[in-house]
Amino acid sequence: MFLADVIGTVVAPIQIPELNGGKLLLLRPVTPDGRRTGKTRVALDRAGAGVGDRVLVVDEGNSARGILGNPKAAVKTVIVGVVDYVEADTRLYDHRTPRKHGNPA
Amino acid sequence: MYLARVTGRLVATQRYTGLDGVALQWIQPLDEDGKSMGDQMVACAAISSGPGDLVMFVDGREAAMACPVTFVPVDAAIVGFVEQAISKGVPIGRGAAGVS
Amino acid sequence: MLIGKVVGSVVATQKDEKLEGRKLLVVQVHNQQNKPLDQYVVAVDSVQAGPGDMILYATGSSARQTTVTEGRPCDAVVMAVVDSWDLGGANVYEKWS
Repeated sequence: MFLADVIGTVVAPIQIPELNGGKLLLLRPVTPDGRRTGKTRVALDRAGAGVGDRVLVVDEGNSARGILGNPKAAVKTVIVGVVDYVEADTRLYDHRTPRKHGNPA
Repeated sequence: MYLARVTGRLVATQRYTGLDGVALQWIQPLDEDGKSMGDQMVACAAISSGPGDLVMFVDGREAAMACPVTFVPVDAAIVGFVEQAISKGVPIGRGAAGVS
Repeated sequence: MLIGKVVGSVVATQKDEKLEGRKLLVVQVHNQQNKPLDQYVVAVDSVQAGPGDMILYATGSSARQTTVTEGRPCDAVVMAVVDSWDLGGANVYEKWS
């Protein structure tokens, strides 16, 4: 799992049936102190996240299929939690603050 | 899953048996600004996408699960046609941006 | 998947027994403009590809999803022989030209 910032929304009217019209969000993977790391991803939201939230993401097929309850889903990237705060290197990163980018999903 | 632009089509008649009838397309992965992210690759199209389209694709073993026969050697598959992607409040364009 | 040209084959008598009878091809990776890169991959063949063929190969655990590679130590498999492709409407490669 990794941390990411939700930076946008994705609308995909034509998609494989396993996605089932679920909410898709654009993610920027980040380090605990907010530095960008890794590739921008599209994820299926299962945690009620919105633009500006810091989220917890799984990017692994077995876990994703387990969450979706579908052993045949071609889905890998799923948001599994909205982060309240992270403690790292004796610092506290609190995310229980207003959303940074407008246009909440 | 990642955003990408479809940049071309590829024809291959001699292919692994379970892959008959699956469309192969070149894609350019895109970052949050709609710019190229990494190198172009070939993906199986699980939807009827075409060159110029903004799409999303899944990589790794899960890609095969989007194909009609799921036990096939496929490591990238286009799984959705993206009508609109908004990043930091700005739409990622649907034109030729991001295609090198 | 990425494309490459079959430039040779590997013969290894001493190898993991699960690789016995598998044809190992040396593939030089090409980019989308058909430019050869200084990057080589050894891939198991699943489609009767031969020297000089432009091929498509899959990597990672996907490479084990064929009848010839299932459960075997393999992370790259040749899964198609390419006939042609185009980019932005312009033909880049044509096998029979």
